[in-house]
Amino acid sequence: MATRQTQGLARLMRAPAIILLFLWMIVPLGMTLYYSFLNYNLLNPGMTSWAGWFNYQYFYSDPAFFAAIWNTLVLVLGVLAITVIGGIAIAMLIDKPIWGQGIVRILVISPFFVMPPVAALIWKNMIMHPSYGVLADIARFFGASPVDWFAQYPLTSIILIVAWQWLPFATLILLTALQSLDTEQMEAAEMDGAPAHARFLYLVLPHMARAITVVILIQTIFLLGIYAEILVTTNGGPGFASTNLTFLIYRAARLNFDIGGAAAGGIIAVILANLVAIFLMRAVGRNLD
Amino acid sequence: MGQITLQGVAKRFGEVEVIPPLDLAIDDGEFVVFVGPSGCGKSTLLRLIAGLEDVSGGRILIDGKDATDASPAKRGLAMVFQSYALYPHMSVRKNIAFPMKMAGVPQDEQNRRIEAAAKALNLTDYLDRRPGQLSGGQRQRVAIGRAIVREPAAFLFDEPLSNLDAALRVGMRLEISELHNRLKTTMIYVTHDQVEAMTMADKIVVLQAGRIEQVGSPLDLYHSPRNVFVAGFIGSPKMNLFSGAPAAEYGAATIGVRPEHIRISATEGKWKGRIGVSEHLGSDSFFYVEDTGLAETVTVRSTGEVNLHHGDTVWLTPDEDKIHKFDKNGDRI
Repeated sequence: MATRQTQGLARLMRAPAIILLFLWMIVPLGMTLYYSFLNYNLLNPGMTSWAGWFNYQYFYSDPAFFAAIWNTLVLVLGVLAITVIGGIAIAMLIDKPIWGQGIVRILVISPFFVMPPVAALIWKNMIMHPSYGVLADIARFFGASPVDWFAQYPLTSIILIVAWQWLPFATLILLTALQSLDTEQMEAAEMDGAPAHARFLYLVLPHMARAITVVILIQTIFLLGIYAEILVTTNGGPGFASTNLTFLIYRAARLNFDIGGAAAGGIIAVILANLVAIFLMRAVGRNLD
Repeated sequence: MGQITLQGVAKRFGEVEVIPPLDLAIDDGEFVVFVGPSGCGKSTLLRLIAGLEDVSGGRILIDGKDATDASPAKRGLAMVFQSYALYPHMSVRKNIAFPMKMAGVPQDEQNRRIEAAAKALNLTDYLDRRPGQLSGGQRQRVAIGRAIVREPAAFLFDEPLSNLDAALRVGMRLEISELHNRLKTTMIYVTHDQVEAMTMADKIVVLQAGRIEQVGSPLDLYHSPRNVFVAGFIGSPKMNLFSGAPAAEYGAATIGVRPEHIRISATEGKWKGRIGVSEHLGSDSFFYVEDTGLAETVTVRSTGEVNLHHGDTVWLTPDEDKIHKFDKNGDRI
C-alpha cells in the first residue's frame, strides 16, 4: 500500500497541519519559558532585564508554593474520587428502566451546562452561605449551628462544587459503557450462582474499566486548571488554604503584575501536569489498549 | 438426577399471552429438543425453566421439588447461550472456574474439574487465552465447559449452534450428542433447525405460538405427524401438502406426501407435470415439478441418478400407504 513515493507525498501533504500545530504549541511555551527568565513587571515595563533562575527561586521560596501544589493534588484527587464513585452509582441507578427516565437523565446531566462561575456563585450564595444558604437552614432546623463552609472548610467546599459540576460528565460516559454490557453475560453469571455484588465486581467493573480511564484522564486535564470557582468563592483563602497552582500564578500575574514570576509558575505547572500525566498513563493507560 | 415437570406453566408479557398454560414432563437423562419457527416461544419456555423469566402461572418441578420461585442459581441447571456469553476479560480457565468459584468449590477440586473438562472438550492448549482470541467453535466449547464443571441436574442450550458456519455446526452437533451419551445428563435444547432436532433428540417438542403441537420421538413425528403444522415442519425437504380435489379423492381436507414417497417417471403415472428445477446430488436427485394442478410446486426425491432435466414432462405416483390425511381442522385422520 505505502510505496516510497506515496509515503513521501503523504508526508508533504501532512506537513502544513503538523507545522501549524507545532507552532501553536511551541510559540506560547517558548515565550513563557523566555519570560520566566526575565525581571519583567507590568508596573515597571521599561526596566526589563535578564533574571536567570531568580524567578524560579522566588516562586520556590514562596510559602504558598508547596501549599498550592498540595491543594492542586487534593483538589484533583478529591473530585476524581467523588465523580468516579458517584458516577458509577448514578449510572447504575438510571440504567434501570424507570418511569420518567428521559426527564431524570436530563436532570442528571444539566449541572454540566451551568457555567463554572455561575455554579460557584449559586453554591456560595444560595447553598453554602452561613446565614441564608440552604445548608444553614437545614442545620438550624435540626438545632445545630450553621457551618461557615468557605471559612472553615474552604478546599472541601471547592471540591464539592467542582465535583457537582463534573459528576454529570462521569455519569454520562459511564452510563454509555454500562448500556453496552451484554445482558446474556449477566444472565450467565446469574445462572452461575454469582450474587449481585459478585456480578458487579467480576463483570460490571471490568467492563467499565476503559470508560473509567477515559473519565479520569479527561477530568484530570481540566481539574489541573480549576480557577473560576476559587476566584468567585474563597479567592484562594483563608490564607492559602484554597489556592491551587493556577490560582497562585494568577496572583503573581494579576495582583503583583509580576510577569516573570507568573511565567516561572506556569512552567512549573506544565512540569507538574506532565508528571501527573506520566503517572496516570502508567497507572490506568493500559486499559485503553 | 434431572427430572423436570411443567404443570400449567404460562407466560404473559403485559396483555400478550406468549405461552398459554402447558404441561410437559422431561425424564432424567433425556435429550429433549424444543423446535418451532422463530417467535414460537421456545426460547421463552427455556428461560422460564432456567428461572431467567418469572412464570405468570403454573408450577415448575425439578426432581419433584417445586422450583417455581427458586432463583436461577438455586435450580442446579446450567445454560449455554446463543452468544456464548463468555466473560471477555477472563481467561478460558477463569471462565470455566467462575461458577465453581461462586459456589466455593476448593481450589484443587476446581483444577481437577477444569483439567477434565478441558481434556474432554479439546481446550487444554487454550486455557490461558481470552475468549476474544478463540474461534466460534472454541468459544462454544468453553461455554459448554463452563456448564459441565457445575455438574448440573440438566443442561439448557439456547440455539447454541446458530452462530457457527455450516461445517462447524455439523461437528458441534456430533460433539454435543457424544457429550450426552457420555454424561447421561438431561439436556434441553432449543433450535429452529428441524435437522438438529431430528438428529440429536430423544424427544422432540414441536411448538407453535406458545402451544405444544406434538411431543414424540423424531421418527414418531416423521411417520405420524399429528397435524398439518407438524407435517410441514418436520422433514427436509418439506412434505407436499395438497388440498381440494386431489385430497377429496382420499376423503380428507388435506393430504400430505413426503418427497421420498413419490415415484417419478417419464412415461406413466397418476399426476402429470413439468420439471421446473432439477438438483442432481449423486446420491439423491430432487425435482421441483410444476403445472401439476396440485400445488405450485411438488417436490420429489429419488435415490441415485435419474436422467430427467428442466422442462421434461413427467408423471408422478404417490406411495398410497404413505399418504397422510388431515381433516378440515388440520388434524390427522
